[in-house]
Amino acid sequence: MATDFSAEVGPVAARPSGTPGSTQVIQTGGAARIGIYFVLVLFCLYYLLPLYVMAVNSLKPLSEIQAGGMMSLPKEWTAAPWASAWSTAQIGVAATGLRPFFLNSIMMVVPAVAISTVLGALNGYVLTKWRFRGDVWVFGLLLFACFIPFQIVLIPMARLLGLMGLAGTVPGLIFVHLVYGIGFSTLYFKNYYQQFPTELVRAAQIDGAGFFTIFRRIMLPSSGPIAVVCIIWQFTNIWNDFLFGASFSDFDSQPMTVALNNLVQSSTGVKEYNVHFAGAIMAALPTLLVYVVAGRYFVRGLMAGSVKG
Amino acid sequence: MGFLDIQRATKSYGSVKVLHETDISIEEGEFLVLVGPSGCGKSTLLNMIAGLEEVTSGDIRIKGRSMNGVRPAERNIAMVFQSYALYPNMNVAQNISFGMEMHGVPRPERERKVAQVAELLQIGRLLDRKPGQLSGGQRQRVAMGRALVRDPDVFLFDEPLSNLDAKLRVDMRTEIKKLHQKLKTTIVYVTHDQIEALTLSTRIAVMFGGHVQQLGTPKEIYDTPANMFVAGFMGSPSMNLFAARVAAQDGRAIAVTRRADGSEVALPFPEGGALAAQVGREIVLGLRPEAITDRDGADRHSRAVHVVESPVDITEPAGSDTFVVTHLGGKEVTGRFRADVDVSPGQVFPFAINMEKAVAFDPKTEMRIA
Repeated sequence: MATDFSAEVGPVAARPSGTPGSTQVIQTGGAARIGIYFVLVLFCLYYLLPLYVMAVNSLKPLSEIQAGGMMSLPKEWTAAPWASAWSTAQIGVAATGLRPFFLNSIMMVVPAVAISTVLGALNGYVLTKWRFRGDVWVFGLLLFACFIPFQIVLIPMARLLGLMGLAGTVPGLIFVHLVYGIGFSTLYFKNYYQQFPTELVRAAQIDGAGFFTIFRRIMLPSSGPIAVVCIIWQFTNIWNDFLFGASFSDFDSQPMTVALNNLVQSSTGVKEYNVHFAGAIMAALPTLLVYVVAGRYFVRGLMAGSVKG
Repeated sequence: MGFLDIQRATKSYGSVKVLHETDISIEEGEFLVLVGPSGCGKSTLLNMIAGLEEVTSGDIRIKGRSMNGVRPAERNIAMVFQSYALYPNMNVAQNISFGMEMHGVPRPERERKVAQVAELLQIGRLLDRKPGQLSGGQRQRVAMGRALVRDPDVFLFDEPLSNLDAKLRVDMRTEIKKLHQKLKTTIVYVTHDQIEALTLSTRIAVMFGGHVQQLGTPKEIYDTPANMFVAGFMGSPSMNLFAARVAAQDGRAIAVTRRADGSEVALPFPEGGALAAQVGREIVLGLRPEAITDRDGADRHSRAVHVVESPVDITEPAGSDTFVVTHLGGKEVTGRFRADVDVSPGQVFPFAINMEKAVAFDPKTEMRIA
């Protein structure tokens, strides 16, 4: 099965037999190796530095930041900025902290990701295994949806949400993300199912399975890698979205990103940088978590189909 | 009316006709093999019987019931696919029982039948494994088990042995034949391998270019091919086909052809042949390699063995036989000799030709005339 071909099997299988000592790795001299590691470490530092600054400064009192020394470790460690960002900081007009908006984001992202993934899988299944007249056009239009700039749809979408009675609500945001997400999820699943042997579908048809039974019992159980890719992609995009959140939500239904912006913008008087840093990390944590948990499937899913199975 | 009736069935994709009007009828318990080169329409016809492809016109009837518009699941058929098409996420037992589950067979009944089939195919100890953990031959058995357990009216096999290595292929071929003799089920089997077709079938349909070229028993197909395509396709090495002219000698028809050096050779047909009245007609003479042999290897029961001396081009020892190539009628002609015949290239050797087995084709229409 194509799905069994993980990225790490490829090079081993491709290694020519009977040539002991030869490996797939390009041999380098000692000096070159030191150079390579030096550059790698440099880039690691470069990428990790912002995270370091955020983490360090979110754990020190404001006075230490104001005294300068953004790079130094806290003299006095404190979790107060985190507590404040989570539950007491001033967001817009109310001092609620980020908690309600974090929940808004969760309530938006979970159904939006789940539904767009399932619909994408269904679309991919139909477009590859139940082809119909004009299916290429349908797929073309879905693909086109991936490339429509967000700004273009703002006003029509606002009107549509108003007509549907979903303006300024979490379901409204779910709807918007769903519409945008289906293009991508369909693209992923279609490409993946293209590799899926059609004989399996035919065998199931002869066995007496119907359209949805084949989907549920035969296709979905083999869709793990691409589902993970799709979920990571959708989750990251929807969670990080600011434009739609800012455009289509009321104060009650704001997602995390918009609330974070309000936290940073609306602090009257002194700017509480430590609280801002804590809030920013909070907003980034869920996507980070998704990558850590499912990241290794991500590469594998992207690779699937690129190795002939 | 037969058990499986294909009546004037055709298949077109848009303006492309992939299967021309086809009539095939077989009785219950027959083993029909559809054989032909790739693109001849044999798999399309099988898929039409299965209901995976719609019939463009005409009808396919199983047990007298028209299958037009009937879904694959309701045709009471089972199919073994070339890739085996085992569900990768299910173990062997689940694979075999999936069809019964879909048809609402209760669990104890399913388990009983799975055990029964596993016993028949000797795959009992594999029942808990996933298809990915099985060898090619084991997958093949599981795929057959999945078909057998359904107890269908007709079994459909789509090139089931082509993914196996040569040795295993021969073993499985024998096993399929045994299974057919034991279960007496009706089978339609698609292959491009003419040996499989000849060994397995009770009836063969040789297909080419979307047409059934000939439908008949293996013996009919082999001995009296309907046209030059069937003659060349069935049999290995294939039938020798070379140009000749009909002449008369002592009141009986003979075929006159030429050696490589241009000298004439006369090959008398057995008496009472259809060609006696057609003196002067150009023909293509067809002779199986086993009808061209050394003198001691010739068929003693034949009334028309004729010896022709001709120079040997190449010898190809093949273990059990030695194939000897010479030139007749401007074509290479292969004879099948006994393995230990002393013959070497360049030598002028007496070839014993059994004219009882000769067939003749019209060079223009390529149809058999005698």
